[in-house]
Amino acid sequence: MENLKTKPQTNYLNLPKEKITGAEAVVRCLIAEGVDIIYGYPGGAIMPVYDEFYKYHKEIYHVLTRHEQGATHAAQGYARISGKTGVAIATSGPGATNLITGIADAQIDSTPMVCITGQVPSHLLGSDAFQETDIVGISTPVTKWNHQITRAEEIPEVIAKAFYIARSGRPGPVLIDITKDAQFQIFDFTYKKCEVIRSYKPVPKLKHSQLQAAAELINSAKKPLIVWGQGVILGKAEIEFKTFVEKTGIPAAWTIMGVSAIDTAHPLNVGMVGMHGNYGPNILTNECDLLIAIGMRFDDRVTGKLSEYAKQAKVIHFEIDPAEVDKNVKTDVAVLGDSKESLNEILAMVNENNHDDWLGKFKALSEIEFEKVIKNDLYPSKDGLTMGEVLKEINIQSGGKAAIVSDVGQHQMIACRYAEFTQSRGNITSGGLGTMGFALPAAIGAKMACPGREVVAVIGDGGYQMTIQELGTIFQTKAAVKIVVLNNDFLGMVRQWQQLFFDKRYASTEMTNPDFVTIAKGYHIEAKRVTKREDLAAAVEDMMRSKAAYFLEVCVEKEDNVFPMIPSGVSVSEIRLE
Amino acid sequence: MKSTLKQYTISIYSENNIGLLNRISAIFQRRHINIESMNISESEIEGVSRFTILVNMTEKNVKKIIGQIEKQIEVIKAFYHTDEETIYLESCMFKIKSDLLFEERQIQNIIKDSDARIVTVNRDFFVLEKSGRRHEIELLHRELKAFGVMQFVRSGRIAVTKDEMKISEILNLFNS
Repeated sequence: MENLKTKPQTNYLNLPKEKITGAEAVVRCLIAEGVDIIYGYPGGAIMPVYDEFYKYHKEIYHVLTRHEQGATHAAQGYARISGKTGVAIATSGPGATNLITGIADAQIDSTPMVCITGQVPSHLLGSDAFQETDIVGISTPVTKWNHQITRAEEIPEVIAKAFYIARSGRPGPVLIDITKDAQFQIFDFTYKKCEVIRSYKPVPKLKHSQLQAAAELINSAKKPLIVWGQGVILGKAEIEFKTFVEKTGIPAAWTIMGVSAIDTAHPLNVGMVGMHGNYGPNILTNECDLLIAIGMRFDDRVTGKLSEYAKQAKVIHFEIDPAEVDKNVKTDVAVLGDSKESLNEILAMVNENNHDDWLGKFKALSEIEFEKVIKNDLYPSKDGLTMGEVLKEINIQSGGKAAIVSDVGQHQMIACRYAEFTQSRGNITSGGLGTMGFALPAAIGAKMACPGREVVAVIGDGGYQMTIQELGTIFQTKAAVKIVVLNNDFLGMVRQWQQLFFDKRYASTEMTNPDFVTIAKGYHIEAKRVTKREDLAAAVEDMMRSKAAYFLEVCVEKEDNVFPMIPSGVSVSEIRLE
Repeated sequence: MKSTLKQYTISIYSENNIGLLNRISAIFQRRHINIESMNISESEIEGVSRFTILVNMTEKNVKKIIGQIEKQIEVIKAFYHTDEETIYLESCMFKIKSDLLFEERQIQNIIKDSDARIVTVNRDFFVLEKSGRRHEIELLHRELKAFGVMQFVRSGRIAVTKDEMKISEILNLFNS
């Protein structure tokens, strides 16, 4: 990755027109959009563009992932940690369809991403040609926008539009499909960034009346609760948010996508809401008199049974996407707009306050949760290792600065519950889609976007094997990703549900696993396995101290469950501690 | 908000782009909503298309659908209206054997009473066109069926609203 540092600063904007191929135009557009790293996999229909990557290798670092799905997750990891738009590229047919999982993940988690696919030559479109698929049709429901290019002269305008749409407003994935003949065509190239699309209004205009109504509710509430989501991070509103929370003195809880926007240890941070969230904020959601939702979308994993969700409370929804307002929870006041601007504006309108008695309720419930759950997770008295104590060791070593990239399942819930953050954009996980296999490639992308930040992938033995091939990418690029596999030889979350709701009928959840350490070593990645508590701290320390990629397998208790838990279809206040 | 099903006419003003139809129909499909009829044409503004979609939904859900439609990049604005808020009609065509026109006196009366129009007549068949409300078309269909209809086709609903929709103003706002 050294070549990135010496990248020449050519300004490709405003150059006079010149005759180049469509393929070269694609690369020049990417450079003009500030793309420095791109994740992808070559193939027939995208070869002209790859030929240009060869020429422009000093400007754009292309990372060959081992599967196109890995390319999308790496692009997502890159985007989530940096706030920049991630880029993935693939060929037509299977190359393109392999992008779909990552695109769907980016759509539901609002991640800015541009995907470029090659397509069969335009005269073959619709003829079932070799490696032809209707990727525009296939990707339509999971993209913010998509478009097929059949003529080279469309390339600059469409790519400019793609980046504008992907990053503006509520971000999301965009797919651009380019026929091979368009890549070969020669045309007059000139590039202009897109700044407006007449049918698209990315950020609603903030209304003073909405702010006023919200401020009045906030100032008169006795037991208010803030629930914030990723919108705070996407809007780069961390400072405004913290100031708002501190001025109003309102307890604030987070969704899985919102964590790390303020420090875990902040006295007003009362923890996570939702299915495996904390006891206090879940119970008290149904006791608060005002629920202030900021940049979150009331996912069913957050609300539990909707008809019994915060019915007693007035609801304020700070939201950039008008379609989210009243979608799941009826709001009393919607403040439509960008989170940074909205919070900044309302700051002067809200009174300085404290809610210490109300905050005390969260603390009391937190103590109950500590006794029943947290103590056993972090300081277990039994022999078997818990996932929680691994996270505790990572916290000790990272000081909250590391980005924790988690996969999907029990380990993800444990990672989100126990990872401590002192820096925003610290939690990178597949929230909405729940994509197993996300973490390993996403960690690669995150590490490349922020080489100076420690990136720790925390993965279960199931999800790890879904994209394990990306160890090859780590080996080839030397991305210094720290990989922790919490191995319980089970698809743990499904097994937990089977235990609780299907009378312990463990259908297809037990895994006979390979020797993960040997596999990592096969890719020349330093690797270690821990099976005993006394070896854990030193092993985590060794891993975190390593300058290169490192693999650590921790064999944990096989049949541990994640608690608290709101069983599906049940009210948040009926959260179970055991 | 009522949770009873009601007939709504959805009007969508959009750019004229390939693929947008797919995007819009997918929004209905996800929620398992059957589209009763759909018409796409140009609108009063040059270069702007207008979708007219007829659905049976609850008002609560139609509001959500409108939000999700408006979120699409190329959609300028979407509205939903009840029948009372719109002037609407459908068109239909019947292809009928020409002999009947001359032999069955009653057919001539039906044509006259129903305000239908003969589009063409040749030796073998004639074509009848009728625009109006669904029940008028259905009545005509029933009456003609007795004599034998070679082909029948009915268009989607088209509608204009009693209230203004101010699309030009919205477009100006977008561009400001």
